[in-house]
Amino acid sequence: MGKFGNKQKAEVSIPTSALPDIIFMLLFFFMVTTVLREQELLVEQKIPQATQLQKLQKKTLISYLFIGKPKNTSLYGTEPRIQANDVLVTTNEIVQWVNQERDALPEADRGGITISMKVDKDVKMGPISDVQTELREADARRVLYASVGKVVKD
Amino acid sequence: MARKKNRMSTEVNAGSMADIAFLLLIFFLVTTTIASDKGILNVLPPKQDPNVPPPDIKKNERNIYTILVNANDDLLVEGEYRDNADGLDKDVKAFVLNFGAPDEEAAALYNSLPASLQAEAKRDPASSDHPAEAVVSIKTNRGTSYEKYLEVLDLVKKAYFDIYATRANLTTDEYRALAGKDDAEQALIDKGKEGIAMQISIAEPDKIGGN
Repeated sequence: MGKFGNKQKAEVSIPTSALPDIIFMLLFFFMVTTVLREQELLVEQKIPQATQLQKLQKKTLISYLFIGKPKNTSLYGTEPRIQANDVLVTTNEIVQWVNQERDALPEADRGGITISMKVDKDVKMGPISDVQTELREADARRVLYASVGKVVKD
Repeated sequence: MARKKNRMSTEVNAGSMADIAFLLLIFFLVTTTIASDKGILNVLPPKQDPNVPPPDIKKNERNIYTILVNANDDLLVEGEYRDNADGLDKDVKAFVLNFGAPDEEAAALYNSLPASLQAEAKRDPASSDHPAEAVVSIKTNRGTSYEKYLEVLDLVKKAYFDIYATRANLTTDEYRALAGKDDAEQALIDKGKEGIAMQISIAEPDKIGGN
């Protein structure tokens, strides 16, 4: 009987001293997974949806080309432009850009360079095909059409 | 006075530690953009030497599945008008697995297919001879929207991945997630692909209707 009396007096407050540790763990997780955006986007980016997405294994081999309507229309006009790194380039400069990107890779990986084309939904095929012609010229023929997953109806 | 000071607790107040950590946590939550490197992979054809004329490929009309997309995003699939791309994946699948006139090798391939894929073979003489011959051709216009082009390419890829996945006994999503990291995964990929290459031809767009 005495036992029961003891139990009633037991401390009921939850120890919160480990809370900072838990929060720190979450913090470290987000710090590690965070990729701070290296470049400012100068073109609009509404990435189209698709279902058959594939993931690339070697992320270091990917170089990005952003294509879309410029955000600053008073300066760059409304026609779709190409952004490589953090500047807008013309179609003719793509070959040079690809060669620069390729030179930055280790020698063994240079053949596997992949261009991820982040293209706005509203761009027409004309500019895209011009870019692809240049990429063929530069012999960077692996292209990834960046897209986001679509929820399938059926 | 001095006595009182000595008796004061020297412990640092750690109660607000959680709040500080929370602030940092919220900062990182807000600034995080989880990088997504997902997309549809496509390998462009090698560049053409202007001095060498393009090779003259003789291919039967029945072995090419033509998809035309015009500047209004209308489709012309095998000569038939369509105003949307729904169901295109099923038609492409049926085209690839038609086995209209299989040679010896293709007959062996046919026998190796699981029953559900064998059932797809309609043996229509007007459609593709066998998967190794079948080519899907996508031709757009300079005015075609990129979104439509990607939708069509997506559906054609889906048709092929469906076939591969059925052969490897996986769902399509599982098959696509295979990366070939070890031999077992690579073996599964090869099992799906063997004998049925993804032959998608993307033609240079027309000059009409664009800029």
